[in-house]
Amino acid sequence: MKLNRKDVEHVALLSRLELSETELDKYTGQLDAILEYIDVLNQVDTSAVEPMAHVLDIRNVMRADEVQPSLPREAALQNAPDAEDGFFKVPKIVE
Amino acid sequence: MDLFRLKAHELQQKLFRREVSAVEITQSVLARADKVDSTIQSFITRTPEAALAQAKRVDEKLARGEAVSPLAGIPGALKDNMCTKGVKTTCASKILANFVPPYDATITEKLAAADAVIVGKANLDEFAMGSSTENSGFFVTRNPWDTDRVPGGSSGGSGAAVAAGEAIWSLGSDTGGSIRLPAAYCGVVGLKPTYGRVSRYGLVAYASSLDQIGPFARDVRDCALVLGAISGHDRRDSTSINAPVPDYTAKLESGVKGLKIGLPREYFVAGMQPEVEAAIRRSIDELVAMGAELVEVSMPHTQYALATYYLIATAEASSNLGRYDGVGFGHRGEGSDIVSMYKRSRAEGFGPEVQRRIMLGTYALSSGYYDAYYLKALKVRTLIKQDFDRAFGQVDVLIAPIAPTTAFKIGEKVEDPLAMYLVDVCTIPSNLAGVPALSLPCGFADGLPIGMQIIGPHLSEATLLQVAYTFEQAHDYHKQLAAIREVD
Repeated sequence: MKLNRKDVEHVALLSRLELSETELDKYTGQLDAILEYIDVLNQVDTSAVEPMAHVLDIRNVMRADEVQPSLPREAALQNAPDAEDGFFKVPKIVE
Repeated sequence: MDLFRLKAHELQQKLFRREVSAVEITQSVLARADKVDSTIQSFITRTPEAALAQAKRVDEKLARGEAVSPLAGIPGALKDNMCTKGVKTTCASKILANFVPPYDATITEKLAAADAVIVGKANLDEFAMGSSTENSGFFVTRNPWDTDRVPGGSSGGSGAAVAAGEAIWSLGSDTGGSIRLPAAYCGVVGLKPTYGRVSRYGLVAYASSLDQIGPFARDVRDCALVLGAISGHDRRDSTSINAPVPDYTAKLESGVKGLKIGLPREYFVAGMQPEVEAAIRRSIDELVAMGAELVEVSMPHTQYALATYYLIATAEASSNLGRYDGVGFGHRGEGSDIVSMYKRSRAEGFGPEVQRRIMLGTYALSSGYYDAYYLKALKVRTLIKQDFDRAFGQVDVLIAPIAPTTAFKIGEKVEDPLAMYLVDVCTIPSNLAGVPALSLPCGFADGLPIGMQIIGPHLSEATLLQVAYTFEQAHDYHKQLAAIREVD
């Protein structure tokens, strides 16, 4: 076993996913099988290999720090599930 | 004559000679979709009124004698993960079921500037995660060649629409094979350009270091025309390449004489369908007979590409999909506090494959596992890229299969994620290396199309199109449209 039900419960919390008991069981088996497969990477000696940052030889891309037109507030809020007085509205965060 | 059966470059000739109008072309394509889409189900959203209005504008321009682009008045479709201002963009996900973007993707702007006609937004595996379009949160698209089979994925709607005559061309996105696989399964041409050749601004992100937009077309010339219309640097995508866009049709007729073709032995995997392997080998023999030189090459890290991909892609996805939290846009579930609201929104909004990938990626990035999984994958990715660098020191292009088999049956692999992932074993390495790769019809097995893959070094799209065109012109595969059992 590469991971157990408890690991999946933890990862589901980190991922902000509410899972049922059946889903937890199912995902545990499936993710375990995928991780078993991924183990093949341990056959590769990477001790002298640099991790890849980008496939092309481009470096930090800079541009002038100038004010450009941006999305009007009304357009930015048009898809919000809940909004009030020009703000996004969410359930209470601070007690 | 059925205008929907023609290629873009043929329609363009008729349009310029004023033999037909853009409105007539668009009406023909819309009528075809009216007839076949209840069977094939390529589209999530159709936009017939906007398409006809756009076609009318093109006719007016032509009447005034104005110069127009090669795609002007030619109807195409966009994968529904590309933002279209004022038109729903769902990613085939319940979480974005009602999302109407307040802005256009760069490709949407470029196509509008080229006076192209857009007939709709095509179905996909939810958030482009899948190889069959069965992971769509709404419905399954069917393969026009055999409606019991999948069209491939994740850009299955884009591939099926072009094969079924519901669009003359389309755009898809390719993160691990999502353009090339449906192109192969649906018997059309598909191209994943070099990473950065086409701006990703307005493409809903899945795995940002791998995602790339590219065309589906009925033949290689059309593929070159669409690629030319969408390529180029964009200041809004800092990873887009600042290099001139050539005329991709210029080299099409240059032939393959003296070109070095590499045969990577690791791509001929165990368990390949014998007819697929035979078709690829026969195609290579034909290219050699046309003057190309064959070189056997070895790319020893190919066998690690799939595992590398499923760590890198899912890690990036887990971060990219963090934005779906029920606050700014998208589905919101009920929750008395903020965390339960997040958890409910995401559990209700995401389908199982998306949830699986978010969790796998979160795990690979989590404390204690980062070095063993994510960092390890980035190092193996370097080795895979070096395999390509070495091969392209010896040859101009590589030729390989697109997939080990032809299109599989709907339902066959849905319960076994790993079996589904293995479908992409031949397409994933080019995404990891950022190189361009093209899918070209090269035969049939039991009435199902077979795709040949042509891979080249960074920015070699013109060479890939040249090889593909040379092969295509010696065959009839591009002259036939799928005959749909229920309709034709």
